[in-house]
Amino acid sequence: MGSSVSSKPSLPDSSARFRHHLPPNDLRRPLVNEISQQLVNGLALGAVYALIAIGYTMVYGVLRFINFAHGDVFMLGSFAGYYLAPRVAQWFPLPGWAGWTLVMVLSMVICAAIGILIELLAYRPLRDRPKLTVLITAIGVSLLIEYTCQHKAVFGASQKAFPDLLPAGVFKLGGLSFNTTQFVVLGVTVVLLAALTFIVKKTRIGMAMRAVSHNASAASLMGISNTFIISFTFGLGSALAGAGGILYGMTYTGIDPLMGVNVGLKAFVAAVLGGIGNLPGAALGGMVLGVVETFAGGMSGVSTYRDGIAFAILIIILIFKPTGLLGSKQIEKV
Amino acid sequence: MLTVKDLHVSYGAIKALHGVSLEVPQGSIVTLIGANGAGKSTTLRALSGLVKPASGKILYEGRDIARSAPHRIVAQGLCHVPEGRMVFANLTVHENLLMGAYLQRDRKWIATQTEYVFSLFPRLKERENQSAGTLSGGEQQMLAIGRALLGRPKFLMLDEPSLGIAPLLVKTIFERIVEINREQGLTILLVEQNANLALEVSSYAYVLESGSILLEGRSSELKANPEVRAAYLGA
Repeated sequence: MGSSVSSKPSLPDSSARFRHHLPPNDLRRPLVNEISQQLVNGLALGAVYALIAIGYTMVYGVLRFINFAHGDVFMLGSFAGYYLAPRVAQWFPLPGWAGWTLVMVLSMVICAAIGILIELLAYRPLRDRPKLTVLITAIGVSLLIEYTCQHKAVFGASQKAFPDLLPAGVFKLGGLSFNTTQFVVLGVTVVLLAALTFIVKKTRIGMAMRAVSHNASAASLMGISNTFIISFTFGLGSALAGAGGILYGMTYTGIDPLMGVNVGLKAFVAAVLGGIGNLPGAALGGMVLGVVETFAGGMSGVSTYRDGIAFAILIIILIFKPTGLLGSKQIEKV
Repeated sequence: MLTVKDLHVSYGAIKALHGVSLEVPQGSIVTLIGANGAGKSTTLRALSGLVKPASGKILYEGRDIARSAPHRIVAQGLCHVPEGRMVFANLTVHENLLMGAYLQRDRKWIATQTEYVFSLFPRLKERENQSAGTLSGGEQQMLAIGRALLGRPKFLMLDEPSLGIAPLLVKTIFERIVEINREQGLTILLVEQNANLALEVSSYAYVLESGSILLEGRSSELKANPEVRAAYLGA
């Protein structure tokens, strides 16, 4: 950290700001630097995948189904930020750290509430039905959210420009340069993953989540309300997806109601890659996917095939490790 | 303390219990014996709320708990050590015990009771920080009992504590069950396939067959009953 040099607080010259956003494409940089710079870009993308993948994997852990509406919760997080920013700006200047923190926290809270509501309205009535019924319902919820949000009375179908939440700048760390957004994306992800690990490993409710995930009826014999733990899990996972939505908006600036489809799919794949149901696995899977995708996209000649290359590598990994990178073989209970 | 009246349970179209009635007086050890599939586990699962009875009453300390959710029943001091132990294999021994104490707020009581469980089963103390999945069957059974004891039970239900466990450990576990009953004044309902053992430690017994009570009586009398001896005691 000693070598980190923060840029001037304000950058009046727009060309200077433009330059700061493009260090990876500077062809005069040596190859090693180019590679490490792509690594930074890949990790920043992977961080967003990781935050979303955790929601998939946690819900799978307690309910054994894939909540396909989770990618749309991520999208709603982005839009929450989009609509909150002008209101927050009335009290705290944006771009600015205090305003950004408030937008982040509020979006996470909103997404947590949406996630809890989706479970309550759509999945809870089907608790004792076959998992396939719930899975199909999840796809229905996902489509419902996507197409309702595209209506002109809601968000409208066109892409919107995500507001600037943080002052632009460049940090140098070793030979690498991070722009503020990349630095914040990675920093926030690390903090959130640490907080999540603490909750799951050290708190009473986290232990109860693990107990429900291992054996729900045995957990209820301990006095644990499965219903409460399931709600909590949806809330926690959706809050992380909301954070992911904000970080994504800050990085890619264009948001639209269907953005959750592609990113959600990738995050789901990341969760499977890491071993579905395994929390560190989801984080690792997200990072691996982000990095692989970024490197594939950065190679001249094949860059248009970046998703194809990324998925091919995933398929190869899953052929040799079908339970995912950190997943363990589970014995199906009868 | 617990009175079951005309309990009926079905799994879909299959009737598992048709009209089971039984009574467990405070402070006693009562056993429910019977062959595989007779409905012993189903009876316990209905008592702890894991399956909803089709009809009938379960009066626990005078209240009907037949429609209550499992986590509410546990809160009233009715704890269930399920068949197959069902310890949380992904949690450590210590964490499993803490899960047993999920509803307990009194940290001092939890610490004292944990020590009591360790004194009953010193093996658990040795393996305190190991994940429960690495324990042997007998050790897992000890853990399952210890975990239930941390739920501050007034009424303890044990489902097949001898199942799949080395004979030497079975002896230890049954000695401890008697000890718990004596020292903590705990009422126990014991389900066992090993009828010899169950009749040895209990004061009263019910024989369950195809979902209804076939016989009941003092354990010492049932032990002498020629019908029971032929069908369940292998004599």
